[in-house]
Amino acid sequence: MKTYKKFLAATALAMLTGGLMAGGASAKNLVFCSEAAPGGFDPALYTGGETLDATGQAVFNKLVEFKLGTSEVEPSLATSWTISDDGLEYTFKLRPGVKFQTTSFFTPTRDMNADDVVFSFERQKEGSKWAKYVEGATYEYFESMDFPKLIKDVKKVDDLTVKISLNKPSAPMLAGLAMDFSSIVSKEYADKLLADGTPQKFNEQPVGTGPYQFVDYQLNTAIRYEANPGYWKGKVKLDNLIFAITTDAAVRVQKIKAGECNITIYPDPADVAGLKADANLKVIQKPGLNVAYLGYNTTQAPFDKPEVRKALNMAIDKKAIVDAVYLGQGTPAVNPIPPTMWSYDKAIKDDEYNPEAAKKALEKAGVKNLSMKIWAMPVARPYMPNGRRTAELLQSDFAKVGVKVEIVSYDWQEYLKRASDPKHDGAVILGWTGDNGDPDNFLAVLLSCQAVGQANRTAWCNKEFTAIIDKAAVTADQAERTKLYEQAQVIFKREAPWATLAHSLVTDVTTKNVTGYVQSAFGVHNFADVDITE
Amino acid sequence: MFRYIASRVLLLVPTFIGISFVAFIFIRLLPGDPIIALAGERGMTPERHQMLMEQFGFNKPIWEQYFLFLWNIFHGDFGTSIASKRAVLADFLTLFPATLELSICAMLFAVIIGIPAGIFAAVKRGSVFDQLSMGIALVGYSMPIFWWGILLIILFAGILHWTPVSGRMDLIYFFKPTTGFMLIDSLISGPKGAFKSAFSHLILPTIVLGTIPLAVIARQTRSAMLEVLGEDYVRTARAKGLAPKRVIGVHALRNAMIPVITTIGLQMGLLMAGAILTETIFSWPGIGKWMIDAIAKRDYVVVQGGLMLVALIVMTVNLIVDLLYAVVNPRIRVK
Repeated sequence: MKTYKKFLAATALAMLTGGLMAGGASAKNLVFCSEAAPGGFDPALYTGGETLDATGQAVFNKLVEFKLGTSEVEPSLATSWTISDDGLEYTFKLRPGVKFQTTSFFTPTRDMNADDVVFSFERQKEGSKWAKYVEGATYEYFESMDFPKLIKDVKKVDDLTVKISLNKPSAPMLAGLAMDFSSIVSKEYADKLLADGTPQKFNEQPVGTGPYQFVDYQLNTAIRYEANPGYWKGKVKLDNLIFAITTDAAVRVQKIKAGECNITIYPDPADVAGLKADANLKVIQKPGLNVAYLGYNTTQAPFDKPEVRKALNMAIDKKAIVDAVYLGQGTPAVNPIPPTMWSYDKAIKDDEYNPEAAKKALEKAGVKNLSMKIWAMPVARPYMPNGRRTAELLQSDFAKVGVKVEIVSYDWQEYLKRASDPKHDGAVILGWTGDNGDPDNFLAVLLSCQAVGQANRTAWCNKEFTAIIDKAAVTADQAERTKLYEQAQVIFKREAPWATLAHSLVTDVTTKNVTGYVQSAFGVHNFADVDITE
Repeated sequence: MFRYIASRVLLLVPTFIGISFVAFIFIRLLPGDPIIALAGERGMTPERHQMLMEQFGFNKPIWEQYFLFLWNIFHGDFGTSIASKRAVLADFLTLFPATLELSICAMLFAVIIGIPAGIFAAVKRGSVFDQLSMGIALVGYSMPIFWWGILLIILFAGILHWTPVSGRMDLIYFFKPTTGFMLIDSLISGPKGAFKSAFSHLILPTIVLGTIPLAVIARQTRSAMLEVLGEDYVRTARAKGLAPKRVIGVHALRNAMIPVITTIGLQMGLLMAGAILTETIFSWPGIGKWMIDAIAKRDYVVVQGGLMLVALIVMTVNLIVDLLYAVVNPRIRVK
């Protein structure tokens, strides 16, 4: 009993002194049930959405940013920019008076300036002092966006002017600068950590210029942020933002129903109807910037013939897949890019679902008694809720035209690795969610000759297609680029390296009292404009 | 007794080395590698893949990697996660108390209910209670943990609102942990209501994780008691005119406990396996979930380091059980 009293006294004291208890009674707290623990807190070191949400979206800003909910690039830490006529030099004017966050672990002595911008990119280059500041550091996004080859150098012109020189013109460059790995970090903070001999803290306690500042991370449990009082856009409406890490989709649904969180993401499609029926919740759905496809191995006979691939495409009942796998939360896909993306070619007609015609077309192509493998993804992704079920539907569709299908699957990492091998056997179910809203981010990444062996899982290398994509990437004028991408889509449809399956709806759920939440176009989650009413 | 302890401790060395080999090899036998996981769906060029494999030292001969791993472990270095770039030992020490707290609670739950139920079922052999409790135990043993967990969440958290859905603590409470055991920390430094919150968060996961050991312990206690109750010395004790309570509680129970203690020790090891699923369902930040994620990402360093640390703990628990065994049964330490 005595000990108990002691505890009570200690508790009371802790409460009186304020302790570490988050906020007061009137504080506005928002709990976000996130889908996974972040890898760390340096947005450039990781590629997973859960880390980008916790870093680039919450804590940092970039030179330019996507207008929330769109793929339109708008000024952020750069107020304006000019591009040289040859497209090789980007000059950014920086916003004056932007402060890095003052936290319990760092107090900045100066405003954000060109040194920070230069450092933010230079540190990601091979050979920089920061390239290996934590064991195993690799800058995969920087690499995969081809920035090491693309960027010649980043130079400070004066305190508020930065010039980025490129080795070749790149139209998607600005969109790349709006991505989370391009977050502007504090050089002053980095220098201090290096001097203290604790550079790893750069990945543990982030300091940015963004809407929320980092308070604490309980490993695999919760991340706590508070509003950045000196935010250059003005303090956000929430006082505290908490990420409650909840990896199981069914549990996330239960948590938001029970009021244990205010926003959650990626519910199982089967739970959506129940969530919509709940009077305390709002279900926000928007076509995702994504595509799911069946990619034929175009080097493997008879799939090396476009007419065979076209014939098989006619055998697929996409509507049945959208109904059974996506439970109606998606649309059948026609083109390799989603309809919400600029340059989407509406004029292209999809291969008509017609098993009879498909059968005849296969016969005409001289294909008899064909048997093939279809790879079923072992995991659910936002663009593909159930790979196995999709494979089964494809199996029955193909059976109707006399094609025997064996379904195979591998563990996810192995699946990706094997599918990248141009010599793999069979057609692969996969998909993609766009990073930056540029068509190049779909067409070049997934279908160009350069991407064979990486994310081009069809080994399809069409010189004409790739030449058009390459040209579009170095063309500055968007109208001209649109024309080029439309041409590319026509070639794609004619050659049919994929059966385009579906574009999914992305579903986020909030409680009724959450306002101002806007779904991002890219599968990241941003809470800068969110408010919560009592 | 000293000889007995020494022989038990010495036995740990070959076991430890054997486990280190299995832990090291097991994850490498799985297809895939940790480098490809870094890039996700984007994929990476074979050249970059090769370069990173070299950088992380995964292209060295396997025996060289193994001896380096052993060498580092003997120097207390369990490595750094490839995926998260965090130190394995530090993460383990942060997460392990959560698993331990849950495991202890689950085991207490299983023992407190399982042993009396087993004794009672044995004493009242053939009664309705015996048949009912052993029937329930069989169902409990056969229950898929995942399904059982979600079922309890929907009923108690979703419909009845008696317990929270998941997590270790209501997120409005925020204080620096001292021991990592939430029940203790919330008493020491938590604000008012934190202990209650920690306790209520423990209820469902404790039941889910404790269900299988409860069933096993109840059945084991019952059969051990039945065996002992048929022994001559029990009949003698009864014939002496001792009270039934004393016969069962002292003469029978003490002897029946030997196999039960062994079972509890083994179950403690098995709890680690059950913890993986329980932790996933209840967003419980323990090592089970951590290891599963590491296996999915082929994070060799976390898997091998984590397995070694778990093995160390299980071996220690088994050692303690062996010693307890000797305390309970003097014949063993003399042998």
